Amino acid sequence: MDNAPLVIDVAGINKRFGDKHVVKDLALQVREGEIFGFLGPNGSGKTTSIRMLCGLLTPDSGRGTCLGLDVLTESAAIKRQVGYMTQRFSLWDDLTIAENLDFVARMFGMKDRSTVVDKALDDLGLSGRRKQLAGTLSGGWKQRLSLAACLLHHPKLLLLDEPTAGVDPKARRDFWEEIHHLSAAGITVLVSTHYMDEAERCHRLAYIAYGTLMASGTAVEVVTGQHLHTWEITGTGLQGMGEALRALPGVDLVASFGATLHVSGKDRDALEATLKSRLRDTPLKMTAVPPSLEDAFIYLMQGSQDQFQG
Amino acid sequence: MNGFSGFSFSRWIGILLKEFIQLKRDRLTFGMIIGIPIMQLMLFGFAINSDPKHLPTAVVMADPGPFARAYVAAMRNSDYFKIVGSVNEREANDLLERSKVQFVVTFPPGFNRDLVRGKPPVLLVEADATDPMATGGAISVLNHLGIDVFAQDMPGLNRPSAPPFELRVHRRYNPEGITAYNVVPGLLGVILTMTMVLMTGLAMTRERERGTFENLLATPATPVEVMTGKIVPYILIGLIQVTLVLLAARWVFNVPMYGNLLLLYGVVLLFICANLTLGITFSSIARNQLQAMQMTFFFFLPSMLLSGFMFPFRGMPEWAQVVGNVLPLTHFLVLVRGIMLKGNGVNMLWDQVWPILLFMGVVLALGLKTFRRTLD
Ligand SMILES: Nc1ncnc2c1ncn2[C@@H]1O[C@H](COP(=O)(O)OP(=O)(O)OP(=O)(O)O)[C@@H](O)[C@H]1O
Ligand SMILES: [Mg+2]
Repeated sequence: MDNAPLVIDVAGINKRFGDKHVVKDLALQVREGEIFGFLGPNGSGKTTSIRMLCGLLTPDSGRGTCLGLDVLTESAAIKRQVGYMTQRFSLWDDLTIAENLDFVARMFGMKDRSTVVDKALDDLGLSGRRKQLAGTLSGGWKQRLSLAACLLHHPKLLLLDEPTAGVDPKARRDFWEEIHHLSAAGITVLVSTHYMDEAERCHRLAYIAYGTLMASGTAVEVVTGQHLHTWEITGTGLQGMGEALRALPGVDLVASFGATLHVSGKDRDALEATLKSRLRDTPLKMTAVPPSLEDAFIYLMQGSQDQFQG
Repeated sequence: MNGFSGFSFSRWIGILLKEFIQLKRDRLTFGMIIGIPIMQLMLFGFAINSDPKHLPTAVVMADPGPFARAYVAAMRNSDYFKIVGSVNEREANDLLERSKVQFVVTFPPGFNRDLVRGKPPVLLVEADATDPMATGGAISVLNHLGIDVFAQDMPGLNRPSAPPFELRVHRRYNPEGITAYNVVPGLLGVILTMTMVLMTGLAMTRERERGTFENLLATPATPVEVMTGKIVPYILIGLIQVTLVLLAARWVFNVPMYGNLLLLYGVVLLFICANLTLGITFSSIARNQLQAMQMTFFFFLPSMLLSGFMFPFRGMPEWAQVVGNVLPLTHFLVLVRGIMLKGNGVNMLWDQVWPILLFMGVVLALGLKTFRRTLD
């Protein structure tokens, strides 16, 4: 996959809303057939970046191509080959399921619309409810319908903006199965998400915070790139320990995972010494573990906060 | 930005159909389309129809006589007038000026003599026409009373078809003397301005507010397809409204129609298009439905007040006339009154048509310029 052609290749992309600099010098490279995860805290500029990729927003500066077409000048042609699923449900509530699909098919100038729509309804398992108003569907079904709508015109690139927000675990699992099928069929997928398990299902990731790209690569690359050393602390009497540890020397990050605590730091020896002395008289046990993707992301998020508040 | 490149008829039909379906399902909007004309017709029509009663009237009796006395008595009995007293000419003028009376009825010197000689004398009526609704019916009542009184006085003769005098009416303060005939055609323009601008204004901002606009923009649909596709359904709606008002004008308010109906519809179509263009332009400037609504009213008020619908156009101060001349409604009123009431033909319309066309052209250019192809 590393030598597959680049479907998205942009660099130096900037976007301001008024005096708010929302995306800063963004550079992204996504290869054909890849599932590319786009992560970052709320308001970090994910949606804005995706909109710029499919021509809904014009970048203030920057250059690059999407499907080999210039993102600045050829957005009309890009739109024809991209399936964009918006973060918010954006099909028409007051049209029926079938009418929505038919409208989208018309907009993309598809021939033989009724066959296309019927097939999409069959695949969705919604044939029996084709006359139901889209606004009355449950969240999970809305999301599936949206995906079906943006696949109608057989796009080469899918841009999915938090497609699984508010969807139950089973539906999420099915959704990701589908995405992997599409990817296997050669469709490139760029998907933004807040879920760690979803991030781990992506071939490659990018992490953006306050408009700045903080890290990118495979999940393993992103984790090792932070050069963290992590200890897992377990046992009874964990309450309050997190707060107590946070300010100690060598501790860069404390994250609790249910009944365990992950304590990480860049300076392995300092961290180990701190932990040993702090935990000596307690029943708590500490084990060195490889840092998880979540540790890495929380560390990145903290770092960006310090950077932008300082 | 060339909005016309790559126009697809099929996409355009798609947008049009979608708008129709949504309109069909939107009960509130649909209700407004039928409700606004009916409500306005009721409000204004009611005001036209309700004959005012007991209008204060002063009598100047320069030549008292049996006929004049009988006539004043009949006026007093008619419910329509309230005789406040007999006064001299100067007092009468004063009363009228200070809005103490609505009418002054003057029996000039020599009234009786002329009447007896069979030479119809002049009965002078001065009306305070600042409220034309009030004066509208008075004239016909005065004529009728004349016939009645004459028939009673001379029971032997056949009932005359005209009163034995010449009624001379001076409409004071409002020389145009707007009456019911003027109001209903005007209502046509007011209703269209109101609903056409508002409907289209909302149609586009609704998409933006619900987030569906983002989806529409992500498709290859072009600005011209979207704009015109959204306009056409409302042209039909406008024509339905016009037909409603015209039917009411004919059968409820008995407004005559002297001109060509087809010509009238042609003029109406032009006016509808001008308003729709404005609505679409508003909606590409407004961020949400509330703003579109506010812009509509910002336009609607001067249209209502400065177009000659509310106040006689020639009676307005110069600056107001300048503003009024920009508004399509001003010219539309002249056109409709001309066609309906004066039977004007196609060759007499150009003076009013070009200002509407100009307005439309400027607004359309503005609209295409501000239409956002992106979400910026
Ligand atoms: N049209 C706009 N005008 C002004 N500011 C905007 C606009 N769109 C987005 N922003 C701002 O840009 C920033 C980034 O927004 P964006 O929606 O791209 O974030 P996000 O990463 O998608 O967040 P989330 O995870 O909550 O969806 C936010 O601070 C937002 O308020
Ligand atoms: Mg977002």
